[in-house]
Amino acid sequence: MREILYRLKDRYHLGTPTFQRTDLCFVTVRRDEIRAILTELRDMEGFTHLTFLTAVDWIEEQLFQLTYMVNNREANLSLGLRVLLDREDATGDTIHDLWPTAATYQRELREMFGIKFPGSPRVDEEFILEGWTDLPPYRRDFDTLAYSQQTYNDRPGRVTHDPKTHMQKTLYPSYPKGAK
Amino acid sequence: MKDVDDKFRKTDTEVPLREELRPRKVTTPDGQEIDIDPLRDYFCEAKPKVHPKAYSKIVEDFYNWARANSLWILGFGTGCGAIEMRPLMTPRFDAYRYGIQWRPTPRQANLLVISGYLSVKTLKRAIRAYEQMPQPKYVMGLGSCTINGGMYWDSYNTIKRLDDYLPVDMYVAGCMPRPEALLHGFMELKRVIREGKGEGANKYAENFDQYKANQKAVIKDWDMPDYNW
Repeated sequence: MREILYRLKDRYHLGTPTFQRTDLCFVTVRRDEIRAILTELRDMEGFTHLTFLTAVDWIEEQLFQLTYMVNNREANLSLGLRVLLDREDATGDTIHDLWPTAATYQRELREMFGIKFPGSPRVDEEFILEGWTDLPPYRRDFDTLAYSQQTYNDRPGRVTHDPKTHMQKTLYPSYPKGAK
Repeated sequence: MKDVDDKFRKTDTEVPLREELRPRKVTTPDGQEIDIDPLRDYFCEAKPKVHPKAYSKIVEDFYNWARANSLWILGFGTGCGAIEMRPLMTPRFDAYRYGIQWRPTPRQANLLVISGYLSVKTLKRAIRAYEQMPQPKYVMGLGSCTINGGMYWDSYNTIKRLDDYLPVDMYVAGCMPRPEALLHGFMELKRVIREGKGEGANKYAENFDQYKANQKAVIKDWDMPDYNW
């Protein structure tokens, strides 16, 4: 794994790699180099399988993080490539021509995070949600509890207990001393 | 509640009707110009009617006895309850010995078992299936998801109360109820029907406008007729 990273480091900008295991590593790369790196990994280094493409919403930094996980089946290596996108009008580069399955991931990200992937096939069609008009629901500024309370009726009678005080009352009714 | 961001307001935007379903003018092969409205032309627009009771009590009681002993379940699984129904219809729990049987299409069934959470997308299909079933028809809700949302109480895409959208005759509590609980629910449903209280379909016909308003409030891309015969 380290040799692969050394080879890539000669030509691309890589961040500090995070080794989760000896065969699993994450590294941040620049957005304009991600396609070149992925192509090289696929064609030269044997990372033939795109395990997943997913996103993380770093709302405090106003960033979206795309994680491309690629896998080398022969050598049993997994490499995660992180790309940071601006959260405002987030647009990623489509990689459906490298892995056709990426089109599905990109369609999902378009719907759930609102990240655009121009050129990806059928990316603007609805994927799971039907007739969704609100914010993309996986964004962290979308409040799912508030949305569900404003949309669906509650049945009265549902109570929420704070686990700490509730268990304290149940298990130790006379604690603190004198309280009952 | 504490953890609700009260600044968040949902946006309510109309979803435009799909293009192929919009009313429009078309030219027929022999050159006529005709107006078509796909949602109206192929479907009956009549609302459901309340089924009147029989002329005397003893006849109505006989009908109810007969209805109670003829439960045909639509094999429509939503959520995890669909898995509980498999042992129920096979030798392990064997619901067939009570005369309760599964059918593959709504046209041949009269009991819709909503077996777990309903996302908005599935709700649309469930409504459609329910409306296609012949009367007398009953709805059974399984699990806490259909009662008050259960573990999906804060989900953006899952309804919390089934009886807002469909008339429920019997709830079976649990998460998930075991097949024994379901069998007990069937027995209770039979009792309810024998007593003449299984009036869900009539309730649906009486409060049809209210039910439709509730359904359309959550199903934004309503692309089917108001009543699916």
